Amino acid sequence: MKHIFLTLLLLIGILASCAPVDLNAPLPTYDTGVDPNAWATVPAGQFLYGQFSDPASIDYDYQMMVTDVTVSLYVDFLNAALADGTLKVDGNQIVGFYPGDVFHGVKHEVRIDPGDYIIVPTDDPASRFTFDGTIFTVVPGYENHPMTNVSWFGAWDYCGYNGYRLPTEMEWEKAARGSTDDRPFPWGDEIARDNANFYASRDPFEDMSSFGSRTTPVGFYNGNAYDGYVTLDSASPYGLYDIAGNVWQWTGNVYEGQHYRYMRGGSKDTYDMDLRVWVHNNATPTYYSPGVGFRCLRNP
Amino acid sequence: MAKRLSYLFRSTKGLILVAIAMIALETAIFGMLSGPLAELGVRDFVVRLLRMDLVQAEREGRIIILYHSIAMAVVAIETYMITSLLKMKEFYKLSVRMLITVGYILTMIFGMFFAYWGHFWPFHGLYITGLSLIFFAGVLLVIALWPWNKEYYQPDKSYARTKKGVDVERVAFFATALTTVISALFGAVPGSFYGNGFETFMAQDIIRLPEKTTMEYSIIGHLHIMLALIAIMITLIIGRWLNFKGILHKVAMPLIILGTIVLNLGVWGVATPLEPIAHMIIYVGATPAMLGALMLVIFTWDKLIREGVASIKKPNGWQKLKALLRDPLRFGPTWQMVFMNFTTSFIGIFMAVRLEEIFRVWPAHEERIELTGHWHVLSAIIATIILLYYGDMIGLKGKIRQWYGWSLIVLSDIAFGAVTIFEMKRLFIPEATQQPLVNTLMLMMDLGLGMLLVVLAMVMIWRLVDLFKKKGRWTEEVDHELSVEVKQ
Repeated sequence: MKHIFLTLLLLIGILASCAPVDLNAPLPTYDTGVDPNAWATVPAGQFLYGQFSDPASIDYDYQMMVTDVTVSLYVDFLNAALADGTLKVDGNQIVGFYPGDVFHGVKHEVRIDPGDYIIVPTDDPASRFTFDGTIFTVVPGYENHPMTNVSWFGAWDYCGYNGYRLPTEMEWEKAARGSTDDRPFPWGDEIARDNANFYASRDPFEDMSSFGSRTTPVGFYNGNAYDGYVTLDSASPYGLYDIAGNVWQWTGNVYEGQHYRYMRGGSKDTYDMDLRVWVHNNATPTYYSPGVGFRCLRNP
Repeated sequence: MAKRLSYLFRSTKGLILVAIAMIALETAIFGMLSGPLAELGVRDFVVRLLRMDLVQAEREGRIIILYHSIAMAVVAIETYMITSLLKMKEFYKLSVRMLITVGYILTMIFGMFFAYWGHFWPFHGLYITGLSLIFFAGVLLVIALWPWNKEYYQPDKSYARTKKGVDVERVAFFATALTTVISALFGAVPGSFYGNGFETFMAQDIIRLPEKTTMEYSIIGHLHIMLALIAIMITLIIGRWLNFKGILHKVAMPLIILGTIVLNLGVWGVATPLEPIAHMIIYVGATPAMLGALMLVIFTWDKLIREGVASIKKPNGWQKLKALLRDPLRFGPTWQMVFMNFTTSFIGIFMAVRLEEIFRVWPAHEERIELTGHWHVLSAIIATIILLYYGDMIGLKGKIRQWYGWSLIVLSDIAFGAVTIFEMKRLFIPEATQQPLVNTLMLMMDLGLGMLLVVLAMVMIWRLVDLFKKKGRWTEEVDHELSVEVKQ
């Protein structure tokens, strides 16, 4: 009897782990009231940088997107750039030209030569857009969610196409942390479940028994209540939303001797510790994931 | 009371019991601050209940102190075992034990108070004092183990010995202890450099930086070699307990000595201009050391089988297997050494071979999971080996011996296997559809490790209750030395 029980338990466990995941499971739709086309100004000046709060300074004003680039905005870009020839279809991916990086031959460095590189995959079921061979369309409900499954080249291209650029890690961190103190999170010293979308944060878009964590609409954590789910207003000192959590954000630095590109902010899939403003992640620039997006910077 | 204190702090088995209890207590408390318990809200409750003072920027520093305090207790346990298993002058035995006991207790208590309950700097001083005492205990142990003293020559030709009679196994203990003391400096120097213990970093977070400072390399080398040396030392200890001898012993001991020395040279090389070839030296060192451990495995399994089928004229395979598995406490330590290869060594080699397809493509955080996963599994495997030996040491018999032994083996291996699959999941499942698999693996890890801790807690409670008995088991253990309990 004992053996049968244990075997059954094991079988249930194995079957549960193999259960198919519905990537298009229904999701609630909320208008957060935060405009994804809005920009926030980050003034020139000193701030505290990194885990140990080293004094740093940026001597120019700049503007950062208040939210991550949404799926809707990105799909508009894809359609426009595909139509005018900036981007093209190459098999099961959209590619765009990148002028390449200087190769320094450092150990483990991978050469990034001028050429076409992946912008987005067209056949990944985890993408929040569809492509019929000509036109891109947003998966309904995800219009105001952050764009994901986009490579660094895709982020770089989007910003460049619109006359913007990706923020450097320093610019990103100043925008996230502000310039008055050494806070570890954009909103202050501590993190609660209602501050941001992170792993097992129990937001209305999450189901840890099935698909796990999903993105929340941009600006979701603005102090509003959504069908009884009350969020904390978690804007950064300069008014940026989702700068910590939801999706990792590509940054623009190309470091000498490295092909890796850096991301900031943590994501829906990471523990709260990775939402601290100084934590970074990195990956090869062709990498894309349902947990990686970006926002752009422009000079005023 | 005096008798009980004397048992706990002067006898071999009492000292080991105290150290295991300290680790169990620390693991139980601080394990609630991470992993699944954090998600369930247990962390916040514990932090409030115990009034911990956790500053976000200091997380890495706290964890480093936590790792060190646990590691020091493990080093103390190994030291108690060595000083009880090997011949040495009473003065050294007493001195080493006294220094390391005071050292690890200071390290654990004051280190943790400093790290988790605000920065009361005298506590930091006591934490450093503890570490320093352990270092001096190590130096004394090296002196005590000096193998070229005729008193310690090996008269029995069935053990590895030189023509003059030098005990080669003792040389292996000596080499491991000596290199451990030297390797400790590779952590102590950068530890001092990074000052207050908090402006530091976790090695897995800087692994992809193409340029690292000497101090950073030193820390990376230190954390790797210390764990490797703790593993080599427990291999030697288990070998002595199981009375490793014969031709395999004669081959294994020189291999372990060679492997240990070369491995250390490679790791020390990481912090020197030898860095570009350091990994190659490490591979060259690791191979003979692991081969030496393999010989111990073969010897032990062969011995267990031969003893188990001694009464059967022509034993078949099934009978041999039953003989091998009949005593989990004697089979377990070497099985865990074999299992370690599936969860750490083979994974490391596989990753190294497919470096371009894995680490050059995966994001850094996936690589971090793999690195921390294999490090934790290796540490925990060493802990289970110690606990298996401890089970024999405290005289578990009959069904309790079977339950205790097999619980440790099966539960830990379920957890470690799950960790290994978790580390490697990106090879066979995309991020978007991983959650059900992750849930199952998490359940296996938590169930395995949780139940294992329950088993350990039961043993600890039994030992605590026993201490209240006038003629408890502790009274028998007061004079026990491990050297007289070596399996013949």
